[in-house]
Amino acid sequence: MMDDLATVPDFGLGWLDASGDHPDIVLSTRVRLARNLQGHAFGPRARVNDREAVLGRVRSIAPRMDILRGSSLIDLTDLGARSRRLLLERRIVSRDLLGDNGKAPPRGTAVVLSSRAPLSIMVNEEDHLRLQSLVSGLRLQEAWRLVDRLDEELGGSVPYAYHHEFGFLTSCPTNVGTGLRASVLVHLPALVLTKEITKVLHGLGQVGLTFRGLYGEGSEVVGNFFQVSNQTTLGKSEEDLVDHLDKIVRQVIQYETQARQVLLRDARGVTEDKIWRAYGLLRFARSLSFEELMNLLSGVRLGASLKLLPELRVYTLNKLMIFTQPAHLEQAAGRDLPPAEGDAHRAAYVRRVLATEGDVTPDDWSGRPIPDDPS
Amino acid sequence: MLCDNCSQADAVVHLTQIVNNQMSVCHLCEKCAAAKGLEASEAPTNFPLTDFLAQMGGEETAEGSADPGRCGFCGLTFSDFRDTGRLGCPHCWATFEGHLRGLLRRIHGGTSHVGKVYLPPDPTASEREKRLEGLRRRLQRAVDQEDFERAAELRDQIRALEPR
Repeated sequence: MMDDLATVPDFGLGWLDASGDHPDIVLSTRVRLARNLQGHAFGPRARVNDREAVLGRVRSIAPRMDILRGSSLIDLTDLGARSRRLLLERRIVSRDLLGDNGKAPPRGTAVVLSSRAPLSIMVNEEDHLRLQSLVSGLRLQEAWRLVDRLDEELGGSVPYAYHHEFGFLTSCPTNVGTGLRASVLVHLPALVLTKEITKVLHGLGQVGLTFRGLYGEGSEVVGNFFQVSNQTTLGKSEEDLVDHLDKIVRQVIQYETQARQVLLRDARGVTEDKIWRAYGLLRFARSLSFEELMNLLSGVRLGASLKLLPELRVYTLNKLMIFTQPAHLEQAAGRDLPPAEGDAHRAAYVRRVLATEGDVTPDDWSGRPIPDDPS
Repeated sequence: MLCDNCSQADAVVHLTQIVNNQMSVCHLCEKCAAAKGLEASEAPTNFPLTDFLAQMGGEETAEGSADPGRCGFCGLTFSDFRDTGRLGCPHCWATFEGHLRGLLRRIHGGTSHVGKVYLPPDPTASEREKRLEGLRRRLQRAVDQEDFERAAELRDQIRALEPR
């Protein structure tokens, strides 16, 4: 077990690799289980000794667990502020775990990162343990199985709080029962452009699903990314919850694909122009806010997916989303960056990546010589 | 579901009103809703649980015993819970059991967990038996869905638990 972020194998970024089903539309799949230990107050009411006891249990059990062999335990209280933000930007920890005031979180706050599988455990969040698997593309069943294995091994070693009728007990009644929240991060630009998105989001509510923004609960939708997840956790089996979400997300992908065809059929010129303008700005801009970048990346991602920008790989676009966030830019610069400087660093990073990994040749440059100036 | 007002069009607006602690639900079509000055919201909103609990008013207490008191383990009262939407510890679930059932029905549509059956580190015979029942249920489902890899895993788990 190690306590330093720099030693984490792939820094918890495996989910960026654009593998899995529909990686151009589905960025990632996450399945998390909320678990609590017997005999300790839940997160919001836990005292320091509760929190330390919970972390102590995890610290002593984790190295002996097969599935967590070689994992890293990162104590967030001791970790620097920028490193904590890096973990948030990589979606390994939640805003709730870090607290939103920028100060070091209270004692006992930690995350365990597996080096063998895309698994992690947040310790002392709202619930004592939040077990999660985070993988690229649409892979709900696989993500569920992974986290289920972790849960089986962990639950066999430490006594969970469990009720014969209510199931796994949680701090918030919206998580009780299975404690399972499965979520899929989908990119739906064509549904937004064709204004069909409100219907789709409304429909999600009617089939027991909900949506959030990029960073989960309470976050805004940016760059046409929607995080779709199950609303209820009690009364259905884990497999049913996961399969239901999978079925609905596949339908949403189908609607998005249809909307893309409509765009190409009825508004090809405008669509191509939007995509190329977005690419042009990303390729040459000297200053980009994160929000502007996300909106432009949304257009470019659509272009790559429609093969209008065939040289661009989804992996490159995923990388651009993550490494252009404020803490990542500061990490690369080795110092804090005031917003304006951050915007310049962001634009420079994007230009550099696109020049080496995504230099696109417009499809109408057929090699014909440019005619002489008639004047 | 038809509109409560005109009984002609499908109800799209579902209005929950609480007047003098009496809750009523009214289902309206788009036209009748507009006539009453209500509009279907563009996108579904995620309501924080605390708002939901605040709206419940005194209604939930009617379902359980009068005052559930305080959790003997962590000291949480039901009114604390109503303010934060968070329970204090595993014992709160038993303390406020009666009051929570109504809430769970409303959030999840029921109160009974039908997912994984937990097997604690040192299980009793009955915990073992319940776990086996749960595993057999999952095995049946895996077989029905022709997920044989999963079925094999579950069969191994069942064998490991079954008395020899």
